[in-house]
Amino acid sequence: MHFSSGSLAGGSWRENIVTNNALVSRGIPMPASMKTGTTIVGVIYKDGVVLGADTRATCGDLIADKNCSKIHYLQPNMYCCGAGTSADLELTTQLMASQLELHRLNTGRQVLVKTANRMLKQMLFRYQGYVGAALVLGGVDKHGPALYSIHPHGSSDAGPYQVMGSGSLAAMSVFETRWKPDLDLEEAKQMVRDAIAAGIFNDLYSGSNVDLCIITRDGATHIRPYDVANVKGKRLGKYDFKRGTTAVISSVVRPIEIVSESVKKITTTEESMDTA
Amino acid sequence: MGEYGRDPRKCHFSPYADNGGTTIAIAGDDFVMVGSDSRLAGRAGILSRNQTKVFPLTANTMIASTGCWADVLSLNKDLQAKLTLYSQEHHDEMNTSAVAQLVSTLLYWRRFFPYYVSNMVVGLDEDGCNIRPPFKAYPPTAPLHFLNAPRGAALAHQLMHDAFISAAERDVNTGDSCILYTITKDGVAEEQIKLRRD
Repeated sequence: MHFSSGSLAGGSWRENIVTNNALVSRGIPMPASMKTGTTIVGVIYKDGVVLGADTRATCGDLIADKNCSKIHYLQPNMYCCGAGTSADLELTTQLMASQLELHRLNTGRQVLVKTANRMLKQMLFRYQGYVGAALVLGGVDKHGPALYSIHPHGSSDAGPYQVMGSGSLAAMSVFETRWKPDLDLEEAKQMVRDAIAAGIFNDLYSGSNVDLCIITRDGATHIRPYDVANVKGKRLGKYDFKRGTTAVISSVVRPIEIVSESVKKITTTEESMDTA
Repeated sequence: MGEYGRDPRKCHFSPYADNGGTTIAIAGDDFVMVGSDSRLAGRAGILSRNQTKVFPLTANTMIASTGCWADVLSLNKDLQAKLTLYSQEHHDEMNTSAVAQLVSTLLYWRRFFPYYVSNMVVGLDEDGCNIRPPFKAYPPTAPLHFLNAPRGAALAHQLMHDAFISAAERDVNTGDSCILYTITKDGVAEEQIKLRRD
């Protein structure tokens, strides 16, 4: 069975799975992937979309990154929050951003949010869930604000509020209590902040700060951090190493002699790229 | 148990759970300090934000236990019972070294279905201050050695305070608050310090 044009990475991913399983059966353990634990949300309000995310990345029970960025740029009019396997999220969103830019240049039009949704779904379905990316995609286009949540296997849901990640149940409890249609900006921001905070405090794998992204007809504002909900405790002692902790046996100083100076101006109009 | 959703037939039942927690103990010349965080974690989330993992055993001995909370409680109950029997027979409390030996024995009785508990027996003895990590049947690790800290309860307090702050930064199961106990010949002093709650 020939696996057609969609191979975005070199080599067939199906062969890799067979190889991985063979290695595991020979006693070589699968490396633990870095996951983003995560609480991510999106909500549609009067004039657009507000996206929110926490900032903790975990490797099992270890916190690998206390302040990672989970709201990814796709286009000036749309951003994507990501939960799941860090590497998959980072590369999938970057790849999609490139594909969408090419699409924009090809069509000469602002990209529709439903286009990004369709492209992401088709890619994730092609990988049968092996690309561990759970996304909340939000943006504004000529049809108005749009919000989708996309699951790793390739299904997507549309709606006025969406949540994903390990802290999604905590976040959803906030929306289900307080959401109403036609929110204004301040209400939407507060609700998103509270939904992420519910995840941060009640889900072990979400934590640190709340990042926000507000998208309207006029553009997007990515606020990072929007709310620093957790601060490191102030330590009583200083644990710096004193000078002399590492013994210096000898040192040699060689000054750099400046033989001559010259300044060359490079102008872009005159010199063109050598394409020979 | 994580595979339960995929195929229940292939699922192996595990009697153990890991409820997390961090404990620290430092001994000085005339005091011992022992502290634990107060978060009890379960698979589904936080079970308690205010559960200490340090249990008093006698007037000058305490035990810090983490691991599977069910086993922690079971071991502690067994321990209390044995301590009561001893004190009724001898009309005196067990000293710290004896308690440590007792814990070791109790753990080894369960060599082939272990208590999933990490312990530190902490207290004052006639010969000074002690931290005794009893034999750990499971998981198998090298014996832990705690060096007596340099003099100064203030330094010990500073180290424990800062160590808990750092642990809460990078471990998902540690946080909420930490409770520090200082055991001296005058008794046990308790202090609670807030930690991050995320």
